[in-house]
Amino acid sequence: MTAQRANPSEDGEGGLRAVPTTSTAKLTIAQAVRDGLAAEMARDERVIVMGEDVGVDGGVFRATDGLIERFGPQRVIDTPLAEDGIVATAIGMAMSGLRPIAEIQFMGFVYPALNQIFAHAARMRVRTRGRFHVPMVIRMPFGGGIHAPESHSESYEALFVHTPGIKVVIPSNPHDTKGLLASAIRDEDPVVFLEPKRIYRAFREAVPTDDYTVPLGRAAVPRAGEDVSLISWGAMVRVCLDAAQELAGDGISAEVVDLRTLNPLDRDALLASVVKTGRAVIVHEAPRTAGFGAEIVALINEHALLHLEAPVQRVTGFDTVFPYARLEKHYLPTRERVVKAVRAILDF
Amino acid sequence: MPRTTVFESVIERLEILAPDGVVDEGLMPGLNDDQVLELYRNMVRMRVFDEKAVKLQRQGRMGTWPPLKGQEAAQAGVALAMSDDDWLVPAFREHGIMILRGVPGHLVLAYWAGDERGSAFPDGVRCFPIAVPVGSQFGHGAGLGMSLGLRGEQAVAVTFGGDGATSEGDFHEALNFAGVFKARTVFVIQNNGWAISVPRSGQTASATLAQKALAYGIPGVQVDGNDVFAVYAATMEALERARSGDGPTLIEAVTYRLGDHTTADDAGRYRTEEEVEAWKERDPILRLGRYLQARGLWDDAREEMLAEEAAKWVSSQIEALEAMTPPDPADIFRYMYAEMPANLEEQMRSLIEEVAS
Ligand SMILES: Cc1ncc(C[n+]2csc(CCOP(=O)(O)OP(=O)(O)O)c2C)c(N)n1
Ligand SMILES: [Mg+2]
Repeated sequence: MTAQRANPSEDGEGGLRAVPTTSTAKLTIAQAVRDGLAAEMARDERVIVMGEDVGVDGGVFRATDGLIERFGPQRVIDTPLAEDGIVATAIGMAMSGLRPIAEIQFMGFVYPALNQIFAHAARMRVRTRGRFHVPMVIRMPFGGGIHAPESHSESYEALFVHTPGIKVVIPSNPHDTKGLLASAIRDEDPVVFLEPKRIYRAFREAVPTDDYTVPLGRAAVPRAGEDVSLISWGAMVRVCLDAAQELAGDGISAEVVDLRTLNPLDRDALLASVVKTGRAVIVHEAPRTAGFGAEIVALINEHALLHLEAPVQRVTGFDTVFPYARLEKHYLPTRERVVKAVRAILDF
Repeated sequence: MPRTTVFESVIERLEILAPDGVVDEGLMPGLNDDQVLELYRNMVRMRVFDEKAVKLQRQGRMGTWPPLKGQEAAQAGVALAMSDDDWLVPAFREHGIMILRGVPGHLVLAYWAGDERGSAFPDGVRCFPIAVPVGSQFGHGAGLGMSLGLRGEQAVAVTFGGDGATSEGDFHEALNFAGVFKARTVFVIQNNGWAISVPRSGQTASATLAQKALAYGIPGVQVDGNDVFAVYAATMEALERARSGDGPTLIEAVTYRLGDHTTADDAGRYRTEEEVEAWKERDPILRLGRYLQARGLWDDAREEMLAEEAAKWVSSQIEALEAMTPPDPADIFRYMYAEMPANLEEQMRSLIEEVAS
């Protein structure tokens, strides 16, 4: 796919995770972000971190904790409060030899910066016929489920996938977080790196202390199965795994596909799973209409229609504003909703 | 003469009530004793309400809360200057002035407890909803001020924001519009020294925030934001200017956030205890209290009565909050459009079924 793709052999086989051979540490996703940033900053002095409260405070989720002490305020920059300014200056830095990693404090605050992301970051390479490019990462926590105030829970990944020129990466566990972040930072093009804040600290996992990459454009299959494919990303992967567990109790074998990157998309892995099981349920917390699930349904239609035993289902957020904390549990896809969708297509 | 000065200006700072409670009589605005006492009561009520909300959050009865402790004068002074028909366009730390402008306290609590009904203010309350995206409200304030002018109303729009918010492009675009169209708008910046962990010096290289107005052809003034008389006087002047059609004003009220940024923050990570202690000396409530005592308008008995009365009022707001029926899940859909489209009907029905089962 891309010339800059990191070495796939480091990720083990078929997108399944390799058993780490080096020493490991038990980290949460938030800690894996910090670890991944530190590893890349140590490896490449062009890498800098910038954003609101990323320095002295260590980030509102502590995802940049300790970086300013280790790398100094020249490379860990507490910026003024201006998202468009953060991304615009990061673009200028990226076009002149640095590798900025810009943090947007919450996805709900990225809108002022969409101007820069859509109008410049995404287009610079093509507009200049390759003379300039923008090797930049824009990190932001996204998604609901933490009883946050208004504008702190959105999932608008589809906006970025719909913008040609921007890669979109979404880890679902600590191991992938560090490895995908390394790939994103080393990538030659702008990458939007979306961190599922609901599971920032939900669980710990062994993460290699050495640096390693998980390649962009390769899905994972955290649970293999025969009867139905549950396709998701980010925090919803856990929901799918829980649903698969429950279904297994009834003798239903569900395969869970974690896309990990929405652009580039691992179409082969996705289609292979659907061809194998003949059924698919796509799960995302973003609004339903024109969500990324719709794109997956279209791809399945184009390439695997005759393998289907039942129509593809979507379990998604509603076509509404994300509700405040007291109602958010009704909005977010749940294990129960996924199980119900699976039963509906098995009965088809 | 190839080089001439084409622009020159100064920024004034207004201080009337010193930290020891002594006022500059020459600058003192014309307020009667009842008004001054009311200012004091309002500031104390704000603080009691705010401290209680923080406690509720710690007890798990409230969502994330943004404390206003230390900023009472900046809000009470503006509120007293405003006329009944003026409009308030708040950011997110303005519950003090929101309540003074008629927003029921229990609705403010409901908003931060995660209930959309907290933004459904009663009819007649001239206040826009809380704006969480920093800086996004300034343009609404400018547009509202333009609208008031176009529609020939006497009212003025008063829009609030923080020091951090002045870094957002929205702030500059709003001031520019307001200047070009002579909007009936007063911009109040509560410069509380910090935007989460970033000090005011990390936001801008300008010596003051007030001077930002000058680039847009608007008067700007700095006031001691912990001096309720200075805040009141500067606001009166700005409102007068707007009302007489002479356009907007930017007021920078220099104050201090004595609490954490929100209950999810730990200010100890980025600022010193000495700094906080120094600002406690400049507490706006203590300061006005000293003035009242010196004038013989206040004593311990009255203070006790006020504390009791404030606590009672806060309790009544919490009771009203807790008496609210649980929010209806169908409300997720009901207010999306004037008429509900078919896809939402379907999604709403499936949720209602799910909740019932
Ligand atoms: C556009 C946007 N970016 C980031 C945030 C997160 N955030 C909330 S408040 C805040 C700091 C605001 O500082 P200031 O304007 O000084 O107001 P204060 O909090 O001091 O009242 C930040 C960064 C936000 N709400 N909106
Ligand atoms: Mg501030």
